[in-house]
Amino acid sequence: MNDFIAARSQMALSLGFHIVFSCIGMVMPFFMAVAHYYWLKTDEIVYKNVTKAWSKGVAIFFATGAVSGTVLSFELGLLWPGFMKHAGPIFGMPFSLEGTAFFIEAIALGFFLYGWDRFNKWFHWFTGVIVGVSGLASGILVVAANAWMNSPAGFDHINGQYLNIDPIKAMFNDAWFSQALHMTIAAFVATGFAVAGVHALMILKGKNVLFHTKSFTIAAAFGCVAAILQPLSGDISAKDVAIRQPAKLAAMEAHFHTEKSASLLVGGIPDEEKKEVNYAVKLPGFLSFLAHGDFQSEVTGLDKIAPENHPPVAITHYAFQIMVGMGMAMMLVSVLYFLALWKQKHWLNSPWLLKLFVAATPLGFIAVEAGWTVTEVGRQPWIIYGIMRTADAVTPMPGIAYSFYLFTAVYASLAVIVIFMLYRQIKMVGTLYDKA
Amino acid sequence: MLYVVITFLWTSILLYLLLGGADFGAGIIELFTSKGNKAVTRKTLYSAIGPIWEANHMWLIIAIVILFVGFPVIYSTMSVNLHIPLTIMLLGIIARGTAFTFRHYDAVVDDMQHVYNSIFAISSFITPLFLGIIAGSAVSGHIDPQADTFLSAYIFSWLHWFSVSVGLFTVAICGFLASVYLIGETQNEHDRLRFAHKAQFFNIGAVICGILVFTAAYVEQIPLIEWVFGNWVGRIAIVSATLSLIWMWYLLYQGKIGLLRPLAGFQVTMILLTTTYRHFPNIVLFKGGGYLSLLEHSGQEKTMQALGLALLLGSVFILPALFYLIYSFQKKPLEAGSADH
Ligand code: HDD
Ligand code: HEM
Ligand code: HEM
Repeated sequence: MNDFIAARSQMALSLGFHIVFSCIGMVMPFFMAVAHYYWLKTDEIVYKNVTKAWSKGVAIFFATGAVSGTVLSFELGLLWPGFMKHAGPIFGMPFSLEGTAFFIEAIALGFFLYGWDRFNKWFHWFTGVIVGVSGLASGILVVAANAWMNSPAGFDHINGQYLNIDPIKAMFNDAWFSQALHMTIAAFVATGFAVAGVHALMILKGKNVLFHTKSFTIAAAFGCVAAILQPLSGDISAKDVAIRQPAKLAAMEAHFHTEKSASLLVGGIPDEEKKEVNYAVKLPGFLSFLAHGDFQSEVTGLDKIAPENHPPVAITHYAFQIMVGMGMAMMLVSVLYFLALWKQKHWLNSPWLLKLFVAATPLGFIAVEAGWTVTEVGRQPWIIYGIMRTADAVTPMPGIAYSFYLFTAVYASLAVIVIFMLYRQIKMVGTLYDKA
Repeated sequence: MLYVVITFLWTSILLYLLLGGADFGAGIIELFTSKGNKAVTRKTLYSAIGPIWEANHMWLIIAIVILFVGFPVIYSTMSVNLHIPLTIMLLGIIARGTAFTFRHYDAVVDDMQHVYNSIFAISSFITPLFLGIIAGSAVSGHIDPQADTFLSAYIFSWLHWFSVSVGLFTVAICGFLASVYLIGETQNEHDRLRFAHKAQFFNIGAVICGILVFTAAYVEQIPLIEWVFGNWVGRIAIVSATLSLIWMWYLLYQGKIGLLRPLAGFQVTMILLTTTYRHFPNIVLFKGGGYLSLLEHSGQEKTMQALGLALLLGSVFILPALFYLIYSFQKKPLEAGSADH
């Protein structure tokens, strides 16, 4: 494995690992706040048990999220010193604010986790909400930094120099809003479906049914609302990408030839040599509509883009298909769930709906990973779109492959331990949290 | 604004050394504690730092963010030449952070606890060792921008007697801080004595490592003596640190523990002050006399302005909240060993 590929793989691995924990860290505090609120309002002990059980899980995830995030802030320099030397001062604004957000989050978490029966109960509740709000804020900020890589702003690039830096403009770049919105909703979708799925499984198994039903209801409500909003926000993202990164859009859709009234492809295997896509279902005009809101409009294809600036088409295309596929599937489940809540109450008691949720457990996180693959691989060969190539940013240090193997082993073992601990948490619900 | 940013940088490093250091130290103490006493050490540690655990480690993040936003050349140069020790330190941070949490939140208490404990203790040693190595290497003059072999560019930049001694010295300081810190958390005379002994042990350790550092500096022709004693600030700092150390030991034998922590904190602050004062603003010294300076290698005006404002704004929110957190749990400590919270 050459050093450049190794560095990219290590970055992808670390980010792909971290994003799981950050989604949970951003969203779970809100689930807990709801359960906690019901406990304070209704005095039903089951809500307290749910809050406490969740908070243990969150502590585990938070610690793993924090260390993997710490690793990332070093890795940016360890792997991409050429990038950070120039980018640091420009896209640093969100990171410096993010530092504050993290700090507040860590402090509030201290209050929340260790503050049971010590503080005024509403103050204690409020610290939990603060954990969530600052988590969301840090997520949005760091996405703004990533958006800058997609849509650089706030400086003049003259003869290889980065002049007239304006960190505020850089932060509010063109991609900022669509990415932050889409990512925030994605975190709710992914965490909501994952948590709902686990509790649905426990209900099906007939264990601590009341406990798991309450948990399920909270998680499913958040997840399903978000899953219905997500395709709408995805549409905003797609229109945005069409304007600022036509190469990425073309790769997402394996759209080799510029044309009017372009068709949207569902599935299909792109052949990059022959510049065609086999076995795809074509929806005529829909790509034009997705990209520009008009069935007749022209969509730029890869033929208009210099070959040395093409992103990897196949990976981007598959990843996009996966994201959209998962998105549609979860939207369907959500629609069924809301039908059940409002019109068909008896569905709630029949196992098939719960089984659907169990089946959907991993879909949200798969979509998140796929979505980031679209964004990041679709930006290649640029690390700063149109300004700096990824290959020019990589560290000169040889032997990165070994570092990649090492981190792969570390993250794989961490993943195993976290899953193992989560399994034990769930297994112990009956003894620790819900003794009835 | 540049000076505001530099002050924040220095302060975060200091706070990381003091707070993060105390909790690395707690792990180091575990490593040097006989089997029977380990459990007490662990419980004391947990009730002392559980709630502020996450916050202590944020200082490192703040320092790194300041470096990469405000001083990108320094950040990227260190990232390249000190890639290997940085990676090892990161592995230590991963292992420590997760092991600390896992051992308290694992729903089932069984043999896994031994695994978490040993990982925690060992990584508590490795992480500050490499932090020290990194700091030592930055000023050792061993980083060679002209290096053309793998060994000279990526290994000998950090692997030499001086930086290893600085690493060991850092470990000893952490152990010392933690012992002093934990004395204040103990419930009975027996434990108090035990931690006092630990403090003594690490104090002596720090002195030995300190001598080692000076010896290594002498051998490798690093003008450390000149840096430390060649100016008034350094001399005053060293003398007052030594006096406060004597005072501290006097108080300890008198059984008065109220002032111990501030005194230990003062000593470490003085050590950091002397070692950074003389070659400020240069924080990376290259082989052959080149250097990277906080004043000359900072970001552009607007960046520093924004960074400084962000930091000031941040501290308005963070500091009161942090003090309140520490205060609440000082006033009414966690029940030692309570797993339920
Ligand atoms: C639960 C997760 C999830 C779901 C169901 C979807 N997405 Fe997504 N998508 C993401 C999670 C995600 C993400 C992981 O959050 C990304 C990566 C970067 C970003 O900002 O969001 C993303 C990126 C992303 C991008 C690239 C944005 C950019 O590079 O700036 C586009 C065009 C879409 N999405 C479009 C869609 C569409 C049309 C969907 C229709 C169903 C959809 N997404 C569902
Ligand atoms: C957490 C969610 C994210 C995921 C899953 C993710 C995923 C990826 C992937 C798959 C790559 C490799 C692309 C390739 O080489 O083909 C990559 C590269 C990279 N990403 Fe992201 N990314 C995320 C967010 C971010 C953010 C927030 C930043 C920065 C602020 C960032 C910075 C980078 C950098 C510097 C590279 C390496 C250069 C490159 O390959 O272009 N990423 N990421
Ligand atoms: C889209 C990508 C990202 C999102 C949404 C995100 C979000 C989050 C969130 C919500 C947390 C809180 C910890 C938790 O709850 O587990 C966190 C932790 C952290 N993240 Fe990320 N992050 C992303 C990428 C990055 C990148 C690229 C970096 C580094 C440059 C980074 C650095 C950190 C650090 C240092 C922490 C630890 C903070 C602490 O101790 O609380 N993150 N991240």
